[in-house]
Amino acid sequence: MTGVPATWYLLLSAALFCIGAAGALTRRNGITIFLSIELMLNSVNLSIVAYARIASASGSLLASLDGKVLVLFVLAVAAAEAAVGLALFIAVYRNRREIDINRLNLMRW
Amino acid sequence: MEIVVFLLFALLALASAVVVVSHRNPVYSVMSLVVTLLSLAALFVLLGAPLLAALQVLVYTGAILVLFLFVIMLLNVGRETPSGGTGRGQKIGALVTAAAFGLVVISLLWGRFVGIEMPALTVEYVALKPLARTLLSKYLLVFEMAGLLLLAAVIAATVLARKVGKSRGETV
Repeated sequence: MTGVPATWYLLLSAALFCIGAAGALTRRNGITIFLSIELMLNSVNLSIVAYARIASASGSLLASLDGKVLVLFVLAVAAAEAAVGLALFIAVYRNRREIDINRLNLMRW
Repeated sequence: MEIVVFLLFALLALASAVVVVSHRNPVYSVMSLVVTLLSLAALFVLLGAPLLAALQVLVYTGAILVLFLFVIMLLNVGRETPSGGTGRGQKIGALVTAAAFGLVVISLLWGRFVGIEMPALTVEYVALKPLARTLLSKYLLVFEMAGLLLLAAVIAATVLARKVGKSRGETV
């Protein structure tokens, strides 16, 4: 059985992260920007799991478990962030009737 | 065999990620993000982390993305209207991202992980028991703090999304 090279996982993670970053930087719809950020979070999760698997080669099971636990906490933080962020969108929409970030320039310097 | 499964889900994830950031209708974006996250869950299984894959499906596609869909339908966000050409900020953003991706690819292709194959899966690596033990002993404090964070997020979301009544006499 031929295994998958370690670099491939990292390359896939980098590609997903950059697609998400491009979306977050170029879109105007607030919800789509938020979705792009979720995509970036998930690509980082993939690279953490891949590094954990690489670390398990050196025989230290503990190091690879640390990686898995870290992904669990990233999931928890992402859930909290999504809840608060979407509530913010609802509050903004209630006041402004839009979530086009080009027109939400109240805090612009 | 493993390579075939990896390539299948990697291509699926990449294609649906492109749809996420490029589609004008946010509902379609959420739907293709579901596809991306499910293929990432399949890759987690391939990497020997079945618990993370299950949580990915339950928490992400089951809870977070449903929340996204709910908010999109609540706010009635329609299709984005074309802005007529790309702005300066968009061009800069795309260039910066492309440059960052190029740098990462170069550093990966000349990095220390080149030529390393993933180590074979062992029973104790995939097993749940060591993971659960680590989570609830070494990381017990962080675990409790994650619970507190979620509680704080619930309260904050409720306060933020609440409709301010007339008794307060003002809107937020």
